[in-house]
Amino acid sequence: MNIKELAINLEKNKKLASGHRSCSGCGFPQIVRAVLASTDKPVITSCATGCLEVTTTIYPFNSWNIPFIHSAFENAAATIAGVESAYNALKRKGKLDKEIKFVAFGGDGGTYDIGLQSLSGMLERGHDVLYVCYDNGAYMNTGIQRSSATPFGASTTTAPAGKVHQGKEEFRKDLVKICAAHNIPYVAQASVSNLIDLTNKAQKAFSIKGPKVIVVLQPCTLGWSYPMEKTIEIAKLAVETKFWPLYEVEYGKYKLNYKPAKEVPVLDFIKTQGRFKHLLKPENQHIVDAIQNNVNSEWEKLLKMCEE
Amino acid sequence: MKVEALTGGEAVAEAMRQIDPDVVAAYPITPQTIIMQKFADFHADGLVESELVCVESEHSAMSCCVGAAAAGARTMTATSSAGLALMWEILGVAAGLRLPIVMPIANRALSAPINIHCDHSDAMGCRDQGWIMLFNENGQEAYEAMFLAVKLAERKDVLLPVMVNLDGFITSHGVENITIYDDAKMKEFVGEPAPNKPLLNVDDPVTYGPLQLPDYNIETRYQQVGAMEAAKKAYLEIGKELSQITGKEYGYFEKYQMDDAKAVIVAMNSTAGTAKTVIDKLRLKGKKVGLLKIRLFRPFPYKEVMEALQNAKSVCVLDRAASYGANAPLYGEIKNALYDLKKKPALSSCVYGLGGRPIFESEIEEVFTKLLKKDLEETSFIGVRK
Repeated sequence: MNIKELAINLEKNKKLASGHRSCSGCGFPQIVRAVLASTDKPVITSCATGCLEVTTTIYPFNSWNIPFIHSAFENAAATIAGVESAYNALKRKGKLDKEIKFVAFGGDGGTYDIGLQSLSGMLERGHDVLYVCYDNGAYMNTGIQRSSATPFGASTTTAPAGKVHQGKEEFRKDLVKICAAHNIPYVAQASVSNLIDLTNKAQKAFSIKGPKVIVVLQPCTLGWSYPMEKTIEIAKLAVETKFWPLYEVEYGKYKLNYKPAKEVPVLDFIKTQGRFKHLLKPENQHIVDAIQNNVNSEWEKLLKMCEE
Repeated sequence: MKVEALTGGEAVAEAMRQIDPDVVAAYPITPQTIIMQKFADFHADGLVESELVCVESEHSAMSCCVGAAAAGARTMTATSSAGLALMWEILGVAAGLRLPIVMPIANRALSAPINIHCDHSDAMGCRDQGWIMLFNENGQEAYEAMFLAVKLAERKDVLLPVMVNLDGFITSHGVENITIYDDAKMKEFVGEPAPNKPLLNVDDPVTYGPLQLPDYNIETRYQQVGAMEAAKKAYLEIGKELSQITGKEYGYFEKYQMDDAKAVIVAMNSTAGTAKTVIDKLRLKGKKVGLLKIRLFRPFPYKEVMEALQNAKSVCVLDRAASYGANAPLYGEIKNALYDLKKKPALSSCVYGLGGRPIFESEIEEVFTKLLKKDLEETSFIGVRK
């Protein structure tokens, strides 16, 4: 697929309509549209409480052109598992003959943290569901609180940079590998900056029966503190600096989808965002170094797993 | 029709077999397990076509039920105690989204201290979450209530989830002779589900669970209140239909020896059976004692309860749950119900049986004795070491 084909496909497949109230510069509409345009089959979706849900379903307005259910924060996976179970039951009883696809969307708070158990259960039980996490690295909907997806060193409203503490003091949880450890057919990491890669991954996911997970990097203008036109540029820098590698795990086999051509220091990514601005002080150089060391070692591990 | 020696839990599972729901999602907790294990046997033997989802928590059980019911499936789960407490958030979602889920509860005490035995603190803890709540004296009643519950939940003017309560261990594990009605008859009674705006109808996409701000939220809640009013009426109508099969009555409550009763006990679930035995003994001695056994707790039949108690001289409400810093739950409702009565009976409250403490005939007899003498304190505990 090239960028022109992608644009045509996205234009004729608007399962999430325009007119919703997400922030200018927010990338999740692109993520949702790219994922949902990756199948010709009817799709039913569930959504965790969060930015996506609150900006697209403000009653009596609604951006969803497909069946949609929001139940609560921590249960998008269990909810869509229920929908899929109903589908299986009614199909078996001969009350339904269409082929339908099931997708759940959650932010990092609703996926890495409060919804992890629900997600794990859904994966282990083998429901035929694609779970998509749009990861902006904090609880943006409630006002930029720290999550287990928040990067080391980032300032958030519950782990702010202050006189003694310099933002988050722990490294991120690795959701892709946690999901892969469930031995499910397909797990992938993608970025809103590369919609062709995301589309390829979503198409592959839809072609496989069983549980699938795609974790997509989604910069947040408000939470990361940068000008709204920079979303794609910053997401791209995350990939180029190897902070956010694009890779997939298909039936346990790791595959790197993109190898940056040249070395770009993680500082180039860090200095674009207000959430890291305290790290630019000379006395905090050690934190930048710690982040770079972590990026390097994670990248080396990943290369080994991908047999690169 | 056949009569079998079954535990109350197994009787409920028999009802689930006959109803054959599309989706059952549940998580183990004592003493509910006796229901789901029996149902899993039916599933393993191919006696039901249900999709059985063994989820990883009660929170996910109720979440899965919400998804399944919204999709258009006839949906059930079962739980007790901490499981019901863990579901609490999603109980409100199920009711707010107007999903006709049916859930038997083997009533058990809440923690702490942890205790696996019967009381009603679990059910009472979620009495304002918008579920219709039925209480049952024994396995037979619980079995029959399951069918009534399905039909009531799915009525187009109701569309609310229903809890079918039975006492943990006492009823869930107590063996009784249970009359199981013919499969075909019971299947015909519940009929085929006709889901309201199912998600699975992809040609007519609907949105469940949008964000409702102050400009609309109260209207949705108002409709929910209206649905409860409709449920109160529908309960009696569906009960009449069910009685054509069973020959039994399905009132808001059962009146036992109430016609001329001066001293009355109000109770729910299995303790009603013990109270009846005591009443039979006291009646032989010429004591005018009676029982009002509440079956429909939500919606609560205030007016009808008032009428039923208007000739009593003294009333004691037995609660198997405490309300800390407030009137015990059932007592509070009865007190509300009597407000409009010009000549009110002397009213008192006894909390009993918490954490499965047995209640004996002698203790109920003592309540009656005191009621007849009108010397009960307004609130007291039965059998507590102070």
